[in-house]
Amino acid sequence: MSTLEIRDLHVAITADDVQKEILRGVTLTINSGETHAIMGPNGSGKSTLAYSIAGHPKYTVTSGTINLDGEDVLAMSVDERARAGLFLAMQYPVEVPGVTVSNFLRTAKTAIDGEAPKLRTWVKDVKEAMGNLRMDPVFAERGVNEGFSGGEKKRHEILQLELLKPRFAVLDETDSGLDVDALRIVSEGVNRAQEASDMGVLLITHYTRILRYIKPDFVHVFVDGVIAEEGGPELADRLEDEGYDRFLTAAV
Amino acid sequence: MSLLAEKTQRPGLAPHTDSVATFVPDQSRAERTRSYAVADFPMPTGREEDWRFTPVDRIRPLLKDEATGLCLDWDESLPAGVRLGTMSVADWQAAGAPAPADRAAAIAAAHSGGVGVIDIPNDAELTEPVRIRLSGGDGQLVHGHLMIRAGRFSKATVVLTHDGLADYSEVLTITASDGAHLTVVSLQEWDDRSIHLGQHDVVVGRDAQVKHIAVTLGGAIVRLNTNATYAGPGGSFEAYGVYFADAGQHLEHRLFVDHAVPHCTSNVEYKGALQGDSARTVWVGDVLIRAAAEGTDTYELNRNLLLTDGARADSIPNLEIETGEIAGAGHASATGRFDDQQLFYLMARGIPEAEARRLVVRGFFAAVVSRIGVPEVIGHLMSAIDAELEASVAVAS
Repeated sequence: MSTLEIRDLHVAITADDVQKEILRGVTLTINSGETHAIMGPNGSGKSTLAYSIAGHPKYTVTSGTINLDGEDVLAMSVDERARAGLFLAMQYPVEVPGVTVSNFLRTAKTAIDGEAPKLRTWVKDVKEAMGNLRMDPVFAERGVNEGFSGGEKKRHEILQLELLKPRFAVLDETDSGLDVDALRIVSEGVNRAQEASDMGVLLITHYTRILRYIKPDFVHVFVDGVIAEEGGPELADRLEDEGYDRFLTAAV
Repeated sequence: MSLLAEKTQRPGLAPHTDSVATFVPDQSRAERTRSYAVADFPMPTGREEDWRFTPVDRIRPLLKDEATGLCLDWDESLPAGVRLGTMSVADWQAAGAPAPADRAAAIAAAHSGGVGVIDIPNDAELTEPVRIRLSGGDGQLVHGHLMIRAGRFSKATVVLTHDGLADYSEVLTITASDGAHLTVVSLQEWDDRSIHLGQHDVVVGRDAQVKHIAVTLGGAIVRLNTNATYAGPGGSFEAYGVYFADAGQHLEHRLFVDHAVPHCTSNVEYKGALQGDSARTVWVGDVLIRAAAEGTDTYELNRNLLLTDGARADSIPNLEIETGEIAGAGHASATGRFDDQQLFYLMARGIPEAEARRLVVRGFFAAVVSRIGVPEVIGHLMSAIDAELEASVAVAS
């Protein structure tokens, strides 16, 4: 079993030479097989947490720790974190023109595993995973995210999740911009990946909609860079009914 | 002064009268001088439209009107049926070869001492490329003059490789007779102290298809002017270019596609990467569609990728259209920095930084490289690009 442990994390961004603190002390422990939903209004720091775990250079960790089975994640480069078993499904995946999806997936798989995947099984795995996500096989020969619709980009993120088999996946508003069918397909992919490898999931979302398909074990409400409330799935139901208003008024 | 008179006819365009006027800007690309006579091209100052990006002071030796009698080393591989011969400069002129368009080309043509001619016979279908390697040795100053003639309905690929240390100025005339399919690849893999000025003229015959490919990686200064004209309708001209400039390199590519014949097509696509302080590239793509060239379809595109600070890419597409009866005409130009978001995305999937950079740059070039269509050139080019990137990663770390 693995554990991702975030302790008193403070994160800032620098804009126009002014450092602004976004996360103001976040503590969170995720074990293998668990699903934690992070919910909260816009600007509460949800995405900052996601990018800080992945190591995006725009975010500066000013204090606190992130450990993966006792190893210091903050000391790792972005690619080292991925190879250690962390995965970030991005809200806005970028286009990498001219790099085909199949080349990208094989290169990433080789980097993560430390050896090239066996060609025969790999081709089959990719085909099967794409089929499960209702992705047309022609996507394999297109440039990474090049000209993909919003929904296609999200499926492509989950395709990577299923193939790279991380220990912990952070899903940054994977549900945003998806219609009901796509939301269901993408959610099934996440559930499959979790069943297959007992992965821990940090599901970041603004809406409760995705929680109909991916059942959280824990729900954390982010407000203004800190966890304002924590609980089980029932907390999500309450948010569904009440929205974030009571947190926002409390913050004022 | 018919020229001035013509200009004053255009409303709102009075001739320049500033006291320090050094030249009158062209009103049409067609107005530029073309002549076999060196005297028709005054010594450039660097302020002229066609010289303003070039470090003229560093190429003075190649603008000097005198012969050196020196050559590059030749190494050729000719498939069966292909003949390599010579022709006098007078015969070359009499054959109606396009005339030089700047001083360097006029001097190269005048002092080359003769034209090396590669003849691909009518109907020949070559399975192997014609390969010619031209190598500099001790930095000699050389005037070169070549001609490639593709016979009727022939199919051929010619690969010209330039390497070593030299100051080289050349004129290359390429004629494709009716129905010929010709690919000419010019590889610039010079020593980083070499200078190369070239004028490549392509004459596309009726229903002929010519692909001109420039790959420029080496050289202190490389300036290639590629001009295309059509001898009959139905011709197709494609020009693809890849360049990679490091610190201190000036790589300049200028293209001029002159559509004066109906129902011809042209497609120009050049992509360049730059890295290092003072790396410099220039791309100028001129297309002129004359009144007679109805049914023309043309597109030109240039993209530049700045991998580091301190590099500079100039990109200037010009489209001049004198008839509305065309099938299509467009151009696109963009110069951008290396995208750190792409790097983050790839690294977040476990791919190490150096490999991620390589993927992005290879991806940037992928489309144009795939259009080259000559496998040996593609393989060679991709490994050369990898080597350039490895050098940059070594410098950066």
